[in-house]
Amino acid sequence: MSLRIVVCVKFVPDASGDRGFADDLTVDREGVDGLLSELDEYAVEQALQIAGGVEGCEVTVVTVGPGDAKDALRKALSMGADKAVHVEDEALHGSDVMGTSLVLARVVERAGFDLVIAGMASTDGTMGVLPAVLAERLGVPQVTLLSRVKVEGGVVSGRRDGDSASEEVEASLPAVVSVTDQSGEARYPSFKGIMAAKKKPVDSLDLRDLELDAAEVGLAGAWTAVDSAVKRPARTAGTVVKDEGEGGRQLAEYLATQKFI
Amino acid sequence: MAEVVVYVDHVGGAVRKPTLELLTLARRLGDPVAVALGEGAAETAGVLAEHGAVRVLTAQAPEFADYLVVPKVDALHAACQSLAQPPAAVLVPSSAEGKEIAARLAVRTGSGIITDAIDIEAGDLGPVATQAAFAASYTTKSRITHGIPVITVKANSAPVQPAPAPGTVETLTVTFTPAATGTRIVSRTPRQSTGRPELTEAAIVVSGGRGVNGAENFAVIEALADSLGAAVGASRAAVDAGWYPHTNQVGQTGKSVSPQLYIASGISGAIQHRAGMQTSKTIIAVNKDPEAPIFDLADYGIIGDLHTVLPQLTQEVHTRKN
Ligand SMILES: Cc1cc2nc3c(=O)[nH]c(=O)nc-3n(C[C@H](O)[C@H](O)[C@H](O)COP(=O)(O)OP(=O)(O)OC[C@H]3O[C@@H](n4cnc5c(N)ncnc54)[C@H](O)[C@@H]3O)c2cc1C
Repeated sequence: MSLRIVVCVKFVPDASGDRGFADDLTVDREGVDGLLSELDEYAVEQALQIAGGVEGCEVTVVTVGPGDAKDALRKALSMGADKAVHVEDEALHGSDVMGTSLVLARVVERAGFDLVIAGMASTDGTMGVLPAVLAERLGVPQVTLLSRVKVEGGVVSGRRDGDSASEEVEASLPAVVSVTDQSGEARYPSFKGIMAAKKKPVDSLDLRDLELDAAEVGLAGAWTAVDSAVKRPARTAGTVVKDEGEGGRQLAEYLATQKFI
Repeated sequence: MAEVVVYVDHVGGAVRKPTLELLTLARRLGDPVAVALGEGAAETAGVLAEHGAVRVLTAQAPEFADYLVVPKVDALHAACQSLAQPPAAVLVPSSAEGKEIAARLAVRTGSGIITDAIDIEAGDLGPVATQAAFAASYTTKSRITHGIPVITVKANSAPVQPAPAPGTVETLTVTFTPAATGTRIVSRTPRQSTGRPELTEAAIVVSGGRGVNGAENFAVIEALADSLGAAVGASRAAVDAGWYPHTNQVGQTGKSVSPQLYIASGISGAIQHRAGMQTSKTIIAVNKDPEAPIFDLADYGIIGDLHTVLPQLTQEVHTRKN
């Protein structure tokens, strides 16, 4: 049996940096270094684990993003993915989830897939809806937000921990899966992996290659518009006291003055 | 007046608080039409009417409980199509499932989507949604420029207001798409109730982190929470260590909370934790490290050992309450 897995990953500004917005109110990608979204590492990990048990399985990582986004692909390749696709086009700048998902759906269809795996959300936009949107566009089952995932006999199954219940879910392939950060630690790239990644193929595509209209994507083609982005005033640090044996009682006094008790 | 579709989050007919908050926001945009699905759907009508629902559309089918997300998208889509004119907006609670339902509806109706709004106002060009970005370090205002404004809203984003309306119950006819039965829910284990308030809805949240140092020590956190009638939260470090369930995790990959009071004990204040609690009204920190970044956010902080400070606080709360 062969299995074609496509992993969708995002190149995001490092959360430990001072993230912000550019003049056109898109995410500033200049001021802060970018990296493979940590939540997508879990998707790469699960893809590699599933692939490990299947003869002739191929794992392709895909990203839509600027030139630097290749770094995210390299990281995934060094973890063990087989090949990569990078969609890069000036016209994609400022795409919203509808634009990005349109492009990803086209790439995934062109590549051919049995399983698409994504992270639970990006660490910059944090919407967490792209996998569901992709499933809707591709017309295949969505098996999302899994903390455990298994592929066997053409069926993907897993556990979805929801707000009010934990569910066991399953669907026939092809399907779109997303995995949470509870799905299992992602591996670190080995030295051998990093060296091997340098020789793995990265296919670069633009909108024309994908036969997509530039008007459907990017800032101008987005179906949402950001009118303003204002930095919140930093919370002003309040009173900090050292516990000298009365800390608990002092806290209670504070809660009382604030009418919490 | 234009109608606004509100997706009802309920458990067996008991409407969850965020839906009532949505009705408050919906009334700013038009006449709320609530959509309640599955077992107990009709029982939601009373409370929805009290809070402004002009009509309540209900649908019952085994598909809603047996298959993931898509049956609910089909129903919400049918609700939108049943209106005389397209709704002024579709509002959905920002649960993980709510966001997925909203997103698929947006694709189907050729609409833009905004998730995790913390406020919505009417605007000349349609609803304006406020969001918190980059771990709540920015506040943005956005609009949907194409199709129906589909917006998911976080809990605690608006007050619950009584606003009596007819709440006329109507049966919604839903024809399921072939995709509806794509993902089967094989089994469901309901989360056990702790008797404490829902984490995302609670007015007070008491959270513990790595500093709690052991599952059994979470009793200290729980005791304080119970004295205040609060929900219990945990950092990812505490969850990863197996000391507390993941359902209680606060932060980027856990729950996002915005209570009146958040008490962080033995939590350093990493950016991913802050992302889930930074918008709390009042923040209190107990940490033995004076350099812990959590103190930068705290309105009141105690530098000390949580194992002595918290029990003393709990004791004092009990004393003052009696
Ligand atoms: C993609 C991603 C997503 C993440 N999502 C989340 C998330 O959703 N939620 C989350 O919380 N984290 C998340 N994290 C992890 C986050 O980066 C931190 O590692 C985590 O929040 C640390 O938890 P902590 O503060 O409990 O532990 P630590 O950072 O180890 O801090 C423990 C604190 O306890 C104090 N302490 C120790 N003993 C005592 C004592 N006896 N009394 C008082 N104080 C004491 C210490 O001084 C220290 O400040 C995420 C990380 C990544 C990369």
